[in-house]
Amino acid sequence: MKTIRIGAGAGYSGDRIEPALELAQKGKIDYLVFECLAERTIAIAQKAKLADPTKGYDALLSDRMEAVLKVCAEKGIKIITNMGAANPEAGAEKTREIAAAQGLSLKIAAVSGDDVLETLKSGDIKITETGQPAASMSNVLVSGNAYLGAAPIVEALEQGADVVITGRVADPALFLAPQIKEFGWAFDDWAHLAKGTAVGHLLECGGQVTGGYFAEPGRKDVQGLGHLGFPIAEVSEDGSFVITKVESAGGHVTTDTCKEQILYEVHDPKSYLTPDVTADFSQITFTQEGPDRVRVEGVTGRERPATLKVSVGYVNGYIGEGQISYAGPGALARAKLALEIVQERLDIIGLQSSELRYDLIGVNAIHRDVLAPQPEPTEVRARVTGRCESMKEAVRIGNEVETLYTNGPAGGGGATKSARQVVAMLSALVPRAAVTPRIQIIEVQS
Amino acid sequence: MKLFDIAHSRTGDKGDISNISVIAYDEKDYARLAAHVTAERVKEHFKGIVHGDVVRYELPSIGALNFVMYEALGGGVTRSLALDPHGKCLGSALLALEIPDSDV
Repeated sequence: MKTIRIGAGAGYSGDRIEPALELAQKGKIDYLVFECLAERTIAIAQKAKLADPTKGYDALLSDRMEAVLKVCAEKGIKIITNMGAANPEAGAEKTREIAAAQGLSLKIAAVSGDDVLETLKSGDIKITETGQPAASMSNVLVSGNAYLGAAPIVEALEQGADVVITGRVADPALFLAPQIKEFGWAFDDWAHLAKGTAVGHLLECGGQVTGGYFAEPGRKDVQGLGHLGFPIAEVSEDGSFVITKVESAGGHVTTDTCKEQILYEVHDPKSYLTPDVTADFSQITFTQEGPDRVRVEGVTGRERPATLKVSVGYVNGYIGEGQISYAGPGALARAKLALEIVQERLDIIGLQSSELRYDLIGVNAIHRDVLAPQPEPTEVRARVTGRCESMKEAVRIGNEVETLYTNGPAGGGGATKSARQVVAMLSALVPRAAVTPRIQIIEVQS
Repeated sequence: MKLFDIAHSRTGDKGDISNISVIAYDEKDYARLAAHVTAERVKEHFKGIVHGDVVRYELPSIGALNFVMYEALGGGVTRSLALDPHGKCLGSALLALEIPDSDV
């Protein structure tokens, strides 16, 4: 039975690069997939593209391509990535430049068409969270990107692409596409598409299935986290698969790492919705076949959803923040006093803010009052943050924290302040007909 | 004992919704999880943080529960004022839940 090996070269935009190179060199993989696009990243990329039409792709695209293009070309490993973000064509052009400089001959495909901002501004699409028409927000809308499925990536691979660079695509679809291409699965073969989607979901966060984000010293120890390796899926044409890693790499693949990852960011395990299929993980099982080899079974699937999800980016005011530390005996009392002082002064200056938050880091900043009070800490960091309509107002919050130096309790130190514009996200559903994927292929000949 | 003694977890976010898996180290303990870690208890545990519904999904095949908590993230990672805007640390708070030492 035909089998392919798919490696995950990144689990998010800022991820480490060395494990991807290790996979390309030692992983005996056929495909290297970089998943680099989160909910918020694409809106930031859209803003970058507005400021400069040659930008808007992933900030580490050049570094990653420079690291792996040559070895992938030598070994015939195909690369699939959503590092195109808001500008797949520009990402493909940058990749062409790098391939040319390295003397490589490659076909590079850009998959676009996910941008539905104009449809949102002019149509009658409703925002899922609020029920309001997206068009009523057109003055603050920054981006609208529909999650594409595997189909245009499959098409690009069938046209001979060695590197496929996409914008907004459902994360598992990046991994499903090469399985469809290699095994010839039909686009309504729900059983196989669901298994292939489980492959994608287990791999899409990179090191999260090889022992990253897992270690609990004394209970869940993980060896070699410093040189954590990224995962490989060994997939057969009947859809059965094993999760593994490069033998010499750090970390481990166990039934427990797989259990944590299969539920990561999943809601109803019976209905994991993607543009390609409704996958059912509710009967899944994991079996440890050997060291760092976990077999996954029991995934089923049903017909895909009728609509495509859209990430809607919009400008949502400004956030200002200030922090300052107190330490030693009485630190907690002084930090509490500091917060009371800032609260009083923000009232005095008449700060215009719709939401303010006062935290004592080390005391209640993360879990509020959920956990019982602990013995008094010897270091506490006071934090004030708030939401404002203008940058000018937001800046005042950090200023009032900083002035605690000479106007607050004794011994405050290390004050920091910041203010930023907020690009927030909502979601919407659009008919599939509203989205037309486009594939552009550029070739570089050495 | 604490849930921490028999289970591990991972927390994910989508918009203003947090999900926390609770996974028994030993699948034999699944029944205890199912009996004692109810949606109602989780909702009560996160009072003040989670403002919407808490829904529990059951996965006996891997000895796990999955809790989906609505209005849990201050509007979501893109606009939250929280120090941990993803709510990534919420799973650790859930593992502090007390459960009976021996099964009833």
